[in-house]
Amino acid sequence: MRLITIIASLAVLALLVVLPFNLKNYGIYILSLWMVYSIAAMGLNLTLGYAGQVSLAQAAFLGIGAYTTALLMKAGYPFLFGFGLSAGICFCVGLILGYPALRVQHHFLAFVTLGFNALVWLVFRNEEWLTGGTYGLMGFPRPSFFGIDTTNQVAFYFFSLTIFVLLAVILWWIVRSPWGRAFQALRENPIRANSLGVDIRRMTLLAFAIGAAYGGMAGSLFAPLVEFIDPQSFQLNTSLMLLLMVIVGGSGRFLGPVIGALLVVLLPEWLRFTEGMYLIIYASLVMVLLAFCPSGLIGLYERSVAALRARPSGSRGSEKP
Amino acid sequence: MGEFFQLLVSGLATGSIYALAAVGFTLLWQASQTINFAQGEFVMLPAFFVLIGTQVLGLNLILGLLFALVVSLLLLGLVFKRLIIDPMLPHGVLPIVISTIALGILLRDSVKEFYSAEAQPFPAIFSERTLSVFGAVISLQDIAILITSLTTITVLQLFLTRTRTGRCMQATAQNRGVAEILGVNVNRMILYTFLINAGLALMASVLISPIYLAKFSNGESIGLIAFIAAIVGGFNQVRGALAGGLLIGVVDNMSAAYISAEYRTAFPLMLLIIIILVRPQGLFGTAEERSV
Amino acid sequence: MNRSNENVLSVCGISKSFGGIRAVDDVSFDVQRGEILGLIGPNGSGKSTLFDCVLGQLFPDSGEVFVNGNIVTRKRPCDLNKLGVGRTFQMLQVFSEMTVLENIILAGQEHRGTLVSRLFGQSDAGLTEQADEIIAFFRLTHLRDHRAGSLSYGQQKLLDTAMAFMAGPRLVMLDEPAGGVNLTMLESLKERLIAFNEERAATFVVIEHNMEFVMSLCTRILVLANGAIIAEGTPEEIRNDPVVIEAYLGE
Repeated sequence: MRLITIIASLAVLALLVVLPFNLKNYGIYILSLWMVYSIAAMGLNLTLGYAGQVSLAQAAFLGIGAYTTALLMKAGYPFLFGFGLSAGICFCVGLILGYPALRVQHHFLAFVTLGFNALVWLVFRNEEWLTGGTYGLMGFPRPSFFGIDTTNQVAFYFFSLTIFVLLAVILWWIVRSPWGRAFQALRENPIRANSLGVDIRRMTLLAFAIGAAYGGMAGSLFAPLVEFIDPQSFQLNTSLMLLLMVIVGGSGRFLGPVIGALLVVLLPEWLRFTEGMYLIIYASLVMVLLAFCPSGLIGLYERSVAALRARPSGSRGSEKP
Repeated sequence: MGEFFQLLVSGLATGSIYALAAVGFTLLWQASQTINFAQGEFVMLPAFFVLIGTQVLGLNLILGLLFALVVSLLLLGLVFKRLIIDPMLPHGVLPIVISTIALGILLRDSVKEFYSAEAQPFPAIFSERTLSVFGAVISLQDIAILITSLTTITVLQLFLTRTRTGRCMQATAQNRGVAEILGVNVNRMILYTFLINAGLALMASVLISPIYLAKFSNGESIGLIAFIAAIVGGFNQVRGALAGGLLIGVVDNMSAAYISAEYRTAFPLMLLIIIILVRPQGLFGTAEERSV
Repeated sequence: MNRSNENVLSVCGISKSFGGIRAVDDVSFDVQRGEILGLIGPNGSGKSTLFDCVLGQLFPDSGEVFVNGNIVTRKRPCDLNKLGVGRTFQMLQVFSEMTVLENIILAGQEHRGTLVSRLFGQSDAGLTEQADEIIAFFRLTHLRDHRAGSLSYGQQKLLDTAMAFMAGPRLVMLDEPAGGVNLTMLESLKERLIAFNEERAATFVVIEHNMEFVMSLCTRILVLANGAIIAEGTPEEIRNDPVVIEAYLGE
């Protein structure tokens, strides 16, 4: 990772620590929501952006994590137990979902994962004895740690922030390790990677499993944040929204999904004054952005930096000796 | 037995409508590697063009249909290609996926915001009388829908295989580079494909709306089912998409009646996943060449 | 040259058909340690298919492949690579979005430690030094941190070949290493390959169309036509073999 990314990350982190003291409860809630979605989008970015495996099932993992945690907390288990179990279950289910990717790629894979998401949603909706069906689940407490109760919006915010930073650091470690290089090789040219000793079968499955585990952990945080979960939150549209976060932010860039998630979460709030028009404006913006900059906001930023640099010193292209 | 026959016919009828959308979907994919995630909305929308024609502009039904045809070809064919797909094509499949998803949202919410959020009654094109055959109640509308869709797809297939333009379109779909060398105006052929897709969407819309009413959110389920139909039948085959559409229509109807209404959509979905895993080229498709 | 009687690679009766067409027809040959074996033949004679069958990219219909006396038929390419078999492809295949250094490190990292230790270990798997050595060996040092995609075709080809050598390989199979490489680069490539062969006792099998290159590089040459071996010998013998001349010039 380059220096500028590290500096930017630290600056953003400082801002995130200061920000909640200047915001109302709703603003803090929105920021927490952004972090939760960011975690899910970061996982998808590993699967899609780094390893090149299309997945339209991230919302299903978000849901599995949320229901697992909610049910366990309702049964009196501590949050961290639910959190860990959510990650574990999603890792395993993600591993299974990765198997189709060994057979089919690209649009076929998109449809398999899309089908999976729709199936999981049906289970959430229909198995009322477990999930409460369309009525959803509520009445599970927010977690408390070392006597600090997170019922308070600010407390929960810092709790989410801690987990968010922790998971971001872990992901950063993964992508900078040889695994990250192997994932990237898998995306760029699986056949060549295979001939260089990269076990592409194992890396494909891992890419799905880790991405899914991040989805599950995001879901695990989502449940106590929103304090009410129903199947609606985990339908296909949410998967598409998470995909949108990754692509709009910049797929395969570490901070891409975080920025994408910010836009996707904040924009509806900013466009609230337009009332019913907001989705229309929002959709148009997405199309315009993608038409002009398919590599997302990070790509747009890099292009403008490159353009700024190129201006004063003439062309600073790759000088070949 | 009567009930079974009844379900079969109505399944085939809705299935044939899905097939129209699926065929268009397939053609777009072949011609320009466009996966149109807004296909469901493309089927939802033309009904509203007809309604605008008849209710807002005060046209009669025939003129309203003509009006909808023109608007569909323009918006869902020409403008869609020029404004959305053409700028995206060089960037690969994924941006197109996202962009068409966004387009779907745009269309859905535009109808909701500017026309109505309520389901609108839509004039029936065919007689709504029913016939009694061997104890089964068969709606004439279903029969008419089935015949209309099948005829349309047959004519389309004949156009693609028997006419010069059609063959040029197929050549473009199979190998763009070679088609270009042979002097085919590739870009025009792709445009024709988009226009045909728009036409098929209009037809599906007009056929399905009298049954399900015209509503802004109709596209979601139709789009998903059209994908499934296209893939189950074979992503690169017109007759595959037709067979897929009919199959899904029947499977959907039967499983809802005999197995579980709650898990109705699960059966097409499972069929989709199984087909992709076991036979990714679809039931009737030929394997796509994989480039190494 | 370090010659022993041990066969690094033995190919026994490999056949492969595609829809009734026999691309490779009962091919057998041995490669000895330290040898540079050339594999030539007209276009479509089955050279690359033979490579793919030997290297696990394709499964042969029949026949067996041995590396150092162990059966490796139907092993996956990544497993073969771990046994010290490196390869390049006919089409240029580098990871264009990674830097030259990262390409080289990738080519070596899977030989270091276990899956888990790679996750928790150093980012470069402790390979930077060795990678720099290989990069220097192929004279790419000045391009070390450039994106592979920004290199010239010849440089990428050199990088592609260099990657095959990162596994500390006993055997390297090169599919047209000289294709599309300019004359100066070609000289340097040949010199590098020979140096590698002599200094590290690496064994090569080289598919090549450039006769000049093959004849001066290889110690022994196999000629493939219509999927079968039609001649075998030293460059001198092959040059004068009427069967070979006929195979190339046609009926």
